[in-house]
Amino acid sequence: MSDAIPAATPVIARDLVKRYGEIVAVNHVDLTVEAGDVFGYLGPNGAGKTTSLRMLLGLIRPTEGSIRLFGRDPVAEGAAALDGVAGFVEGPRFYPYLSARRNLRLLADYDDRAARTRIDEMLELVDLHTRADDRVGGYSHGMRQRLGIAASLLRAPRLLLLDEPTTGLDPAGMRDMRALVKRLANEGITVLLSSHLLSEVEELCNRVAIIRSGRIVYAGELADLMATATGGYRLSCTDLDRGHAIGLAQPGILDLRVDGGALCFSAEPGDVAELTIALGEARVGITALVAEKATLEELFLGLTEGDAPELAEPVLVEAAA
Amino acid sequence: MSAIAKVYKWELLKLTAQKRTYLGVGAAILVPIAFVVALSIQKGGPNDIPLGRNIRDTGLATPFVVLFFMSFWAFPLITALVAGDIVASESHNGTLKTILTRSRQRGQVFAGKALAVITYTAVVVFAMAAVGLVAASIKWGFKPLTSLSGTKIAAGHSLGLLVASLAVYLLPLIGIACFGLLLSTITRNSAASVVGTLMFALLMQLIGALPGTEPIRPYLLSAQFSAWHGFLRTPADWTPVIRATWLCLLYIAVPLVGAYLVFLRRDVAGD
Ligand SMILES: Nc1ncnc2c1ncn2[C@@H]1O[C@H](COP(=O)(O)OP(=O)(O)OP(=O)(O)O)[C@@H](O)[C@H]1O
Ligand SMILES: [Mg+2]
Repeated sequence: MSDAIPAATPVIARDLVKRYGEIVAVNHVDLTVEAGDVFGYLGPNGAGKTTSLRMLLGLIRPTEGSIRLFGRDPVAEGAAALDGVAGFVEGPRFYPYLSARRNLRLLADYDDRAARTRIDEMLELVDLHTRADDRVGGYSHGMRQRLGIAASLLRAPRLLLLDEPTTGLDPAGMRDMRALVKRLANEGITVLLSSHLLSEVEELCNRVAIIRSGRIVYAGELADLMATATGGYRLSCTDLDRGHAIGLAQPGILDLRVDGGALCFSAEPGDVAELTIALGEARVGITALVAEKATLEELFLGLTEGDAPELAEPVLVEAAA
Repeated sequence: MSAIAKVYKWELLKLTAQKRTYLGVGAAILVPIAFVVALSIQKGGPNDIPLGRNIRDTGLATPFVVLFFMSFWAFPLITALVAGDIVASESHNGTLKTILTRSRQRGQVFAGKALAVITYTAVVVFAMAAVGLVAASIKWGFKPLTSLSGTKIAAGHSLGLLVASLAVYLLPLIGIACFGLLLSTITRNSAASVVGTLMFALLMQLIGALPGTEPIRPYLLSAQFSAWHGFLRTPADWTPVIRATWLCLLYIAVPLVGAYLVFLRRDVAGD
């Protein structure tokens, strides 16, 4: 697969670097988005998500690296490489002195002939048809966000690049936006969506890349990432001190500590079973044993906080592997 | 070509939806009207400028005289108002990323913008002349014009000379417009571009007024605003017209190509 990457792969970015003077906003990033993916691009504020998407859309030039969108190069070909690609970075922007409909007409004229015929349908889809003739200058944030989606869909894209599409939306707006993304994905549109909301990525995406300070610290299936969540356990027993001593002597019981009247540790399931037997033989009764799976939230914080990305090494799974 | 035509159409539509366009066109129309009204209620006249002495002989003199008055800062300002804004306003509204992620190439978008700026510049000059001509002809009649050589030129022929003069007058103004377009592309700031463009026009005049600059004076952009005088001599003097043509093409090409190259390559981040 690696030396015969099909031309139809929606996104292949290799070794992307963007420097702004001293700041390295994006630092040797590789991204691969396969057809049909809903790809989550996760990272905290300032991690380099928007900068990456700007490079993909040909808005800024990479300092280094290469990009292929369906096999075409936006750096060399400019807008021509965006055939079948649509989306926006940061908030979508429009001419405030024109109505939504006129804005879309303008954008349709910047595209092919067929785009114009879709305008009403798209306004309806994002529920803006009743306000379509009002100036965009008077639109709320949520309305603009929806208009941004409509403007993108005018291009009948095969790949949608969305930069934090739900940011600033109210709960209902978020729900509608996510429902829309799901629906588009079901219709076969590949989606690359940046976000710092884990629940959103968990709900929508099948694959993720996590970026931190310009570097990818995880890329791969979301399910694989969840699986790597090292199991933590909480054990309550009738004799905490002896239980602790037995735990320390038991192989495979890691990070053992006493916390809130319980023993906390991480271990493989087999080693946990051994521990319970050892406790039983020592006549230390177990009153509770709770497995605590790390949430995606914890994984994310683990990957994106602290001085060194400790978890990065063990969980690094190459996307295309 | 049709791609550029579509961008051009929308650039014009955007201009017609913006207040500053009307401000510019409105100012260009008001000046000749104010001029005619002022000369109607007072006795004196602009006796020491070309065609000024015969201002009340025919309505045809007014557009020429107003051209002269507006060449110092009024037309440069009116031009800069739109030229300095045309790219910067996109930066301000954050819409560059919106239009540059469609199917049109950056070069096509730029071409549409440049054409729209040139169109606007032509519209303000011709609007001023048309309104001035009509207002002054109502007041003083549509009669033969006294040329700069003292001969009488029939009214119909004078009208032809006016159109030719406006065309030549447009050249340096388009040079100023292209400078504004360059600033607009580089600075991404509308106010800075408008002011900078006006400063550029004034600087040209300042250089021309300094002692010791006589050898270069004929080649300054500001000097080309009087090239049309050649048309109003008998026989016509083509020397200033030809010089204005090639010189202005340079004054147009240099900033235009510069702005094009910047626009093609620049990062669109946050605009
Ligand atoms: N035009 C620019 N000039 C200078 N530095 C920039 C520019 N754009 C981005 N940066 C820097 O690059 C880094 C990454 O910014 P970017 O906007 O890509 O982050 P992000 O992941 O989108 O963050 P957020 O979640 O806040 O949107 C930041 O340190 C930012 O300051
Ligand atoms: Mg961002």
